[in-house]
Amino acid sequence: MSIIVDKISYIYEEGSSMERLALDNISCVIEQGEFIGVIGHTGSGKSTFIQHLNGLLKANKGHIYYNEQDIYAPDFKMQELRKHVGLVFQYPEHQLFESTIFKDVCFGPKNLGFSDKDTQIAAFNALRQVGLDESLYYQSPFDLSGGQKRRVAIAGVLAMKPDVIILDEPTAGLDPKGRDEILDCVKKLHDEMKITVILVSHSMEDVAKYVDRIMVINDGKLVFNNEPKAVFARHEELEKIGLAAPSVTYIMEDLYKAGFDVDRSAITIEEAKNSILNLLK
Amino acid sequence: MLRDITLGQYYRANSLIHRLDPRVKLLGTLIFIISLFLGQSIWLYALITVALIAVIKLSKVPLKYITKGMKSIVILVIISAAFNLFLTDGEVIFRFWKLTITREGIYQCVFMIIRLIYLICGTSIMTLTTTPTNLTDGIEKGLDFLNKIKVPVHEVAMMMSIALRFIPILMEETDKIMKAQMARGADFESGNLVKRAKALIPILVPLFVSAFRRANDLAMAMEARCYHGSEGRTKMKPLKYKSRDHKAYIALGVYSVLVIAISIFMKGRFI
Ligand SMILES: Nc1ncnc2c1ncn2[C@@H]1O[C@H](COP(=O)(O)OP(=O)(O)O)[C@@H](O)[C@H]1O
Ligand SMILES: [Mg+2]
Repeated sequence: MSIIVDKISYIYEEGSSMERLALDNISCVIEQGEFIGVIGHTGSGKSTFIQHLNGLLKANKGHIYYNEQDIYAPDFKMQELRKHVGLVFQYPEHQLFESTIFKDVCFGPKNLGFSDKDTQIAAFNALRQVGLDESLYYQSPFDLSGGQKRRVAIAGVLAMKPDVIILDEPTAGLDPKGRDEILDCVKKLHDEMKITVILVSHSMEDVAKYVDRIMVINDGKLVFNNEPKAVFARHEELEKIGLAAPSVTYIMEDLYKAGFDVDRSAITIEEAKNSILNLLK
Repeated sequence: MLRDITLGQYYRANSLIHRLDPRVKLLGTLIFIISLFLGQSIWLYALITVALIAVIKLSKVPLKYITKGMKSIVILVIISAAFNLFLTDGEVIFRFWKLTITREGIYQCVFMIIRLIYLICGTSIMTLTTTPTNLTDGIEKGLDFLNKIKVPVHEVAMMMSIALRFIPILMEETDKIMKAQMARGADFESGNLVKRAKALIPILVPLFVSAFRRANDLAMAMEARCYHGSEGRTKMKPLKYKSRDHKAYIALGVYSVLVIAISIFMKGRFI
């Protein structure tokens, strides 16, 4: 699996007074097994970008290649792409519609033409992967809590057995506990199922701990595309575009300036703790 | 896809027509619609065309934007044109199998098409240049006198403005839900009628759920701010006529006089 994005641009409402360039000449490569964070403040174009990766939006300019195939070629099957690249929208709980949770999760695989048995197995596995309690499977999805609903919606995409899963702000509107649960669950999917994950967020804090690579989008342009440490090292530039490095980075920076020889590239609380403890030994 | 529907949508621009008082625009649209049905003289339509083009030019709304809204009524136009063409009695000029085309039928058909197109153009210009809030403000103020006979004008206007306000929101929501279901492999384009109707369920259920949720939230928010209808309620931006509105009323008056004069003078004639 690989996705190559080649200089794509996208314009909303082309030709009207509301015309807006939402993506400006973005290029990148996504490889099998990566865990990528897409970051930018609200309105920077993150959601627009990821909708290109499974063909829901078509770029005005540029090309996207999935496994070396041009997805805009006339004979390319979008349905096939959507099977391999699963997209979980922001507030995915708003898409639930079936009478029971289990049936809702079956919707995706059934659309893809899985047999009844395969559909049920896939739905069952997906629900287990997101850690939903078995007693809930045959209840109405509308009676669940916000965090639970979101997990059902994620299971709805997982059941399609995608190679890549894209999550658009999966933690929006959740309390810290719900947030950690979702992110840990995603991390587990990546580690155990070897799924490629693209996590969209506007919070560095959220993603720092999990991702291998960060793509920062600002005003439709890809401004950074590097590993977390390298991106956070340039926190002054990040601040200029309305983002910030995790707070730990700032603490370590201040400690360093105050004359302590700590590891300035620490980005998680764990790393920072170890570095400080080492110093105190 | 859904964004192609321009009817009832606002086009942001800064033009004389945009700045006019909504009451002027409402009355103007009403007079325009009436004038379309005041006879079939070429001169009348020439006058109407000139007026319409002038208003479109003044409004700074691109013509492309207005015609885009027309697509949705093409079928309606074709059907009514066909009825007029084949079902009007008169001097037969063409006969084919059971269908006859008469001279009067052709005239009727042409005028019908022109009327429908102008009707859509005229009303689109109003909705494209007036924000929904302004429009309902205009209706509320313009129909003030109905209050005397105990018609709850404010409440009706409020309901209208809320409904109008929700159209773009629900359209956006539909767009999002459709995309989310497409990402789950839903297919809205192929299959027979039954299959396609069934494919709508995954859109309609979430859409209704969200509409109810929004309505509920809105009612709660209004309650929290002590909304209690029209009694003793004042406006932040009350509508006030400016000099351009008076001038527009004069122009409307001249237009009406001309239209009436032509239609009396040309009664029953085409040219
Ligand atoms: N359906 C749409 N129609 C018009 N403009 C849109 C639409 N969706 C997003 N935009 C605009 O495109 C820009 C990028 O939006 P989006 O990709 O949703 O940003 P993000 O997900 O990073 O918050 C924003 O300025 C937004 O206003
Ligand atoms: Mg977004």
